[in-house]
Amino acid sequence: MRIVTYMIVMAGVTYLIRVLPLALCQRQIQNRFVRSFLFYVPYSVLGAMTFPAVFTSVSQLPSAIAGTLAAIFMAYREKSLLCVAAVACAVAFAVDLLYNAA
Amino acid sequence: MSGDIMQDNIFDSFQKGVRDGLPIALGYLSVSFAFGMTAVSQGIPLETAVLISLTNVTSAGQFAGLQLIVMNASYIEMAMTQLIINLRYALMSLALSQKLDHKMSTFDRCIIAFGNTDEIFAVASRHTQIGKHYMWGLMGLPIFCWTIGTFFGGFASSILPLGVRDALGIAIYGMFIAIILPPAKVMRSVRIVLMIAIVCSCIFASMEHIWAIGSGFSIIICTLLSAALGAWLFPIEEVKK
Repeated sequence: MRIVTYMIVMAGVTYLIRVLPLALCQRQIQNRFVRSFLFYVPYSVLGAMTFPAVFTSVSQLPSAIAGTLAAIFMAYREKSLLCVAAVACAVAFAVDLLYNAA
Repeated sequence: MSGDIMQDNIFDSFQKGVRDGLPIALGYLSVSFAFGMTAVSQGIPLETAVLISLTNVTSAGQFAGLQLIVMNASYIEMAMTQLIINLRYALMSLALSQKLDHKMSTFDRCIIAFGNTDEIFAVASRHTQIGKHYMWGLMGLPIFCWTIGTFFGGFASSILPLGVRDALGIAIYGMFIAIILPPAKVMRSVRIVLMIAIVCSCIFASMEHIWAIGSGFSIIICTLLSAALGAWLFPIEEVKK
């Protein structure tokens, strides 16, 4: 049952990381630096996770670049999350077809 | 950051959460599908792969865990790897803790913590105040799809044509771009923080063959650096109560 133990270790560690800050920090943080830091965390995390990973998210680089540009264009026009994601996929798929045909 | 969604009608909040969670859930289908396929092809029993997804709900951690299981690594190695890859969730949980309804019980916080994934955090953090019913709605469908996607992936090695499955890989990043761009348009500080994070992340990625730091660590360092610089250069003034 080694594999079950692995699973319990994985799930346990991951859950503890998620739950401790939420369960322990129940009050509003007053420190201005920490508050500002936490304000910027989502943008920092998402920026670092998206770039450069997005360029290898599909198998062909040209499709990935086209999909990314499409996503940036749609996001700049403030389209919904689903719409931006769908357009990025569609463009990446279309460019992939063209690329493979050429 | 829009909308106060704390104490309104329970059903409305829940429904709004489900609606916001739908794109996440769709994105999860393709990623967990890939996880299911990989896991089963590596010799993990289908039901174990599904259980891993249900209990972990994290992509990078699961893929890395899979590798370690196949390598027959020690439990300490497994724990350390998960800690490093998933430590970013601690930052997200801390940020989320500031936005939860003050009256929310510790028990409810413990339930919400379970679903604090990159994507769910990303969507939840667009709001200024978050209630538990919204979070339940937001978490439910993505966790379900994450689990069921793993099952489908393991069960049938291909439902979708390869080209379509491949293109779905960019969906989650499209969503991230849709979240970060609109605020970056109006706030110079957010633009600068984003640029620092992105440049930092690209530097780490380009050095990968010289100094393989691992994507989990890279994200943590980029986040700490850029958010701290942002907080130092552009502190946020006291928000209205």
